[in-house]
Amino acid sequence: MKFIASHRNLWGLLALTSFILFAGWFEITHPEGFSSLTGGIFTFDALVRIGILTIVVVGLNLLMGYTGQASLGQAAFYGMGAYFSAIFTARASVVGIPDTIANSWWWPWLLIPAGMLITGFFAYLVGRPILRLKGHYLAMATLGLGIVVVILFRENFGISAKVLSLTGGSDGIPGIPRLRIGTYELWPVTRYYFLVWAMALLSIILSLNIVNSRVGRALRAIHSSDLAAEVIGVNTAEFKTRVFVLSAIMGSLAGSLYAHFQAAVSPPTFGFVASLDLVIMAAMGGMASVWGAPFGVAAFFLIRELLRARMHLVVEGASGEYEVIAFGLILILLMIFAPDGVVFGVRNTLHRLRHKPLSDS
Amino acid sequence: MPTPILEFDHVTKTFAGLTALHQVSGQVWPRQIKAIIGPNGAGKTTLFNLITGIYELTAGDIRFMGQSLVGLRPNEIAALGITRTFQNIKLFQHMTVLENVLVGAHTRTHTGFLAAALRLPRARREEQEVIAQGMALLNKVGIAHRAYDDATELPFGLQRKLEIARALASQPRLLLLDEPAAGLNSTETQDLVDLIRQIRDEGVTIVLVEHDMEMVMDVADEVLVLDYGEVIADAPPEAVQQDERVITAYLGVD
Amino acid sequence: MESTITTNVATRKRKPSMSLRQGLSVLLLLALLLLIFWLGGKKHFGLRQYAQLIMDGLRAGAIYALIALGLVTIYNVTNVINFAQGAFVMLGAMITADLFAHQLLPFAPAVNLFAAAVFAILFTTAVGLFIERVVIAPVRDASPLTLIIITVGVYIVIQGLALLYWGTGALKLPAFSTFFTEATRDKVYRPFGVIIKGQSLWIWTTTALVMAVLYWFFNFTIYGKAFQASAINRTAARLMGISPSKMSLLAFVVAAAVGAVAGIVLAPVTSPTYDMGLKLGLKGFVAAIMGGLVSAPAAVIGGLLLGVVENVAAGVTKSGLKDIFAFIILILVLLYRPQGILSKAKETEKV
Repeated sequence: MKFIASHRNLWGLLALTSFILFAGWFEITHPEGFSSLTGGIFTFDALVRIGILTIVVVGLNLLMGYTGQASLGQAAFYGMGAYFSAIFTARASVVGIPDTIANSWWWPWLLIPAGMLITGFFAYLVGRPILRLKGHYLAMATLGLGIVVVILFRENFGISAKVLSLTGGSDGIPGIPRLRIGTYELWPVTRYYFLVWAMALLSIILSLNIVNSRVGRALRAIHSSDLAAEVIGVNTAEFKTRVFVLSAIMGSLAGSLYAHFQAAVSPPTFGFVASLDLVIMAAMGGMASVWGAPFGVAAFFLIRELLRARMHLVVEGASGEYEVIAFGLILILLMIFAPDGVVFGVRNTLHRLRHKPLSDS
Repeated sequence: MPTPILEFDHVTKTFAGLTALHQVSGQVWPRQIKAIIGPNGAGKTTLFNLITGIYELTAGDIRFMGQSLVGLRPNEIAALGITRTFQNIKLFQHMTVLENVLVGAHTRTHTGFLAAALRLPRARREEQEVIAQGMALLNKVGIAHRAYDDATELPFGLQRKLEIARALASQPRLLLLDEPAAGLNSTETQDLVDLIRQIRDEGVTIVLVEHDMEMVMDVADEVLVLDYGEVIADAPPEAVQQDERVITAYLGVD
Repeated sequence: MESTITTNVATRKRKPSMSLRQGLSVLLLLALLLLIFWLGGKKHFGLRQYAQLIMDGLRAGAIYALIALGLVTIYNVTNVINFAQGAFVMLGAMITADLFAHQLLPFAPAVNLFAAAVFAILFTTAVGLFIERVVIAPVRDASPLTLIIITVGVYIVIQGLALLYWGTGALKLPAFSTFFTEATRDKVYRPFGVIIKGQSLWIWTTTALVMAVLYWFFNFTIYGKAFQASAINRTAARLMGISPSKMSLLAFVVAAAVGAVAGIVLAPVTSPTYDMGLKLGLKGFVAAIMGGLVSAPAAVIGGLLLGVVENVAAGVTKSGLKDIFAFIILILVLLYRPQGILSKAKETEKV
């Protein structure tokens, strides 16, 4: 197998792919089957959301887990992709896109890589100076960046009432079309599900390859010691910027997928709380682990839905309030007892037992 | 007259008004083993940090094969062919012994994000080559059997060797060793001396900072002695051992 | 010969000289001022409007200053950026407003307010103490990133508990001046046509008082001096027998108390809610960064400046953009003056 860097990852990929195919097949053959199987707690929609967020969290893992560079504003890039797709489809006439183009099936597809390009470029411009900062200074700068971007979404860039209809202010943008290929619409959700997970798997594979390469080793070296990495010849500024850009591009891809899934976007989805949620997901899966991403996101959804659905049995009349407290506690406990991530520690041990290199080919 | 591989030209470094190095001059010749010694706080490590670009010079110049290193970043200096080890070992955590050495080969390899992500043929070829070279290097320093262990789990002596192997992986012209014998027992130190000689014989110039005088006098071709940031002697070991100022500095007699 | 070498190196340095940089900064500042007046001119602002914007900004700025004081106190001895500082402010405001609304004591409202405020401060301090012992102390040597995420977790938990207890509705606390007059609404002063609310005076006075108390505490008491020593050099302080663990605890206690006080005086002008702490904590952080993160007086100046700048900038543009200015200032200060806007850059040893 030449497309992937390590054979052990191949089994993981096969397992994940089988599960995805099975879940999709089950939902198609037994409509609402997934939901009834989990007692109505977990809907099939959640699987799509997990796939979308997996892409963002894989990127965040590369940046935070492997390279050790904090980002408390990652949801902003997710939002940039979403708003880019939303504005140029649902607001095409405001931007001045001719109807013939805006209504063609290929236009939204074209916007996805375009959004990734623009988000990546933006990340490059801000990343270059910001990533000179270290530790909590970097954390706070990315946090500030995230907040600024979301305010821009909400305040319509503050230009004038004329562009008010561009981002829709606090209400956001409704009416984003579904994706289709020719006349074949990627909807209902079971169809879209396969697209999302294909993208998620692709981002997992590409990231695994990066991690187990010269680039990945340089990133991990930066995490361990910025100074030692630089003295051995790693251009740390350049590598930090590039991994930041890569994580932004993955965020943008996920954002576009989200916009066409939800058919509407609004600022809170991409705000500071969303950025924190992403960090919690990454921490739950184990930060320095590409594999941790899907598990972390899934665990986050599972816990949240369980709390929402079952908490009233424990405390009368309770509903969603407990979920935030639970996530806060989980975050604290994870950071105190397993700051390097749960999956990462386990993987390292396994890997030592097997005496196999991480970089075999 | 041949050009020195490394030349200090009135190197001066001050920290917030305190002078760490004052007008330090000297040369290192190709294929030489040069030791820098001096009491604690004499400025030895500061000099290493200036050569590798971690600190900026206050005044003076440092030239490598005739080219000034002033204003270059540490990674650019590494790419020119200068690598080093650290007094307090700085191995990369959560990475195997082999991976540490592979990072050492960073400047000689070229795989970027895209080639790595897509595992292009040239990236795979480069990876195979660099792993083979890394294993050969680990063999040379005698830790190939632990190639897949976590680097920071090696015993102390082997960590020192690994750090040297990592520095060698970039195939440097000049290798800076910051107290390589610190914390080693006498057998390990002898091992290290043999290794240093072997590296020199393969054409690498070596500068080392060391406190173990016996080892320094044994291995060095020339010794530069610093005291309070100034050069008080720069000569072969035998001459340095007889030098009045050096004896005074070390014994602390006025 | 030696001198020529020295000048050679000096001219080869990449950074422009200090005077050139200062000149550029002054020019930039002038350009920004012109931009503000131009934008204000489009809204037909006169001197009175600007004075009003500055006054309101100073009120918000005093609150930011108090929050920044708490952050700096904790950062100085623990190197922790306490994300939960905003939660202390929220607790101070919510507890006081809640207790006051119930009028538990059979005395005058003013007495009830005082009792409520004292209880709020004590309770918040206890929370600070608890946090330090349970989540910060066990991981004192963790990486900055780990520590920051932990305090984020703490903030989330406190805010979640507040949501459970108080719900999403806003509480109310009357302006303090109403306790001393017959009026039901806050006193308003109008010097030169500029409106200044009575509560603003309470906020400014309280900020000044807190600063005075802290100054006295840190400079004239044994504990305060030990704290100062610990902030300057932790290792040396430990060798002198000052326990870093105790100092860390003290820092959280002081920060929690100061945070609660900020919340109490702020409550009448904001109608406190369970989620008010997040933004306030972040703004406090911006103020602290503007002051260089280690100096208390600089943090206060940073807070006041931040309040004025964001309020004037929002005033001449759009009120919804207020937070943007704060965070743009944050990013710019982090990038160009990480040592703070008041102090000079210094090179430290890295290895």
